Amino acid sequence: MNVRMREPIGRIFFTVLLALFLSVVPVPSWFDAARPAFLVLTVLYWSIAVPRAGGLTLGWIAGLALDIFQGSVLGQHALALTLVTYIAVREHQKIRSKPVFQQSLIVMGLLFIYEFVVFAIDGWTGHVLYGPLRWLQILTGAILWPLAAALLGRSHAPR
Amino acid sequence: MAAFGVGGNRRLTGHGSPPGFRFTLYALLSIVVMVLDQRGGWLNQARFLLQAAVYPLQLAVSSPSAAWAWMKESTQTREVLREEIARLRIRESELALRALNYEGLARENAQLRGLRQALPPIADRWLVAEIVNVELTTLRQRLLINRGTTNGVFASQAVLDDAGLLGQTMHIGPWSAEVILITDPEHAVPVQIERTGLRTIAVGAGNEGTLALPYLPANADVKPGDLLVTSGLGGVFPPGYPVARVAEIHRDAVQPLAQIRAVPLARIDRDREVALVWFKDARVNNPEIQPQPAPHKSAPAAAPVVAPAPVAAPVPMFTPKSAATPAPAHPPDVTPKSAPPEEAEDAVK
Repeated sequence: MNVRMREPIGRIFFTVLLALFLSVVPVPSWFDAARPAFLVLTVLYWSIAVPRAGGLTLGWIAGLALDIFQGSVLGQHALALTLVTYIAVREHQKIRSKPVFQQSLIVMGLLFIYEFVVFAIDGWTGHVLYGPLRWLQILTGAILWPLAAALLGRSHAPR
Repeated sequence: MAAFGVGGNRRLTGHGSPPGFRFTLYALLSIVVMVLDQRGGWLNQARFLLQAAVYPLQLAVSSPSAAWAWMKESTQTREVLREEIARLRIRESELALRALNYEGLARENAQLRGLRQALPPIADRWLVAEIVNVELTTLRQRLLINRGTTNGVFASQAVLDDAGLLGQTMHIGPWSAEVILITDPEHAVPVQIERTGLRTIAVGAGNEGTLALPYLPANADVKPGDLLVTSGLGGVFPPGYPVARVAEIHRDAVQPLAQIRAVPLARIDRDREVALVWFKDARVNNPEIQPQPAPHKSAPAAAPVVAPAPVAAPVPMFTPKSAATPAPAHPPDVTPKSAPPEEAEDAVK
């Protein structure tokens, strides 16, 4: 059954681009606080599902793109995203064997690490830190995970 | 489980360098890039190129709202358009009259003072820019506009709309520029209360779309409704442009500083077009106001990044500003019962 593509590079590229779009498209401010980190979820998904194609390079480049879009210190999101991608790639077999609910919890942990790195770099570079709302997206991201995984899974499912 | 059913029989382990090694590599790379970007702005060139590279994508990002606006506009009825034209005509003649008046006053003022330099810097050239993208969150209040270095836009250029000051340019790309708004918590603009001449600093308050005046003593002469204009200190914004109106004042007997909120005059959340302004030219006449090399990567020369914590010992952060304070050839325009500028500075200490 070698009909399916070994590494769905095109789909990865497309979905990551879409996620980047969703992450930066302007939305009403009440939603913005709760906006899940679409880009992180997508990169995590590909890192777990196809760790050879997704993975560190993808994470780093996607993070850098986010940095440029958001005007943050170059490398900030890149570092955070590389870190969680690394964890995901390392543990992809364990994560993959878990039921979706537990996957959500793991993703929540990863999102927390991600947000914490971003938060810490914000602090070191003298940016503004206040607002407990920035942690809200961890929760929404974790809640969104089963749906995101199902959608992305379908996007590269063989026909 | 089901979510990952697909990749089940795929070869999983990467070939080439192990992930641990690559992670270390990328992490180091990120840190180097961050340090370079943060200190000394060595990556300005790279950022410039990258900004050019992502501009098409940024346009795409803004396309839904642009399409919506276009739809709304093109389905407007003739009636509405007519009304709008009539309204604009009236406004135009009003403004023309006011401009005549203003020029006369400025000339008279200059003659009275006998100083040519006392002429307020005049908006020399305007460039209208369209807003491509808006980012209004608690932590960041930025705009992306569709003008860049190819249009002569430079960093720390004043951005206005027709009602008041909006912000200043930050990262400039070839065809786009990022504008930091005056309501961004990392932005501070030196202002003056028009009624009294009292000088202070207005710091952005984040997503409430307001400004805070955290450095005025509790007994300062401020009333709700007072107009704040730019004071011209710091050299980024010319003096005398309207910024905000004081909305509420909390005087707490315990705290030495008053807590004051001001609402910007610029219609930050409703604008679709903004104006970039070239001024002729406070800097030529007053070499002292040359913007100092920004202490912080992106910090506008006028506004060393100010921590949002209201009273958190801001003294050291203000040293660059105090250094620039010996108000050069711009005496406060409004000086009836002007508090000496030191008073505001003292309040900080």
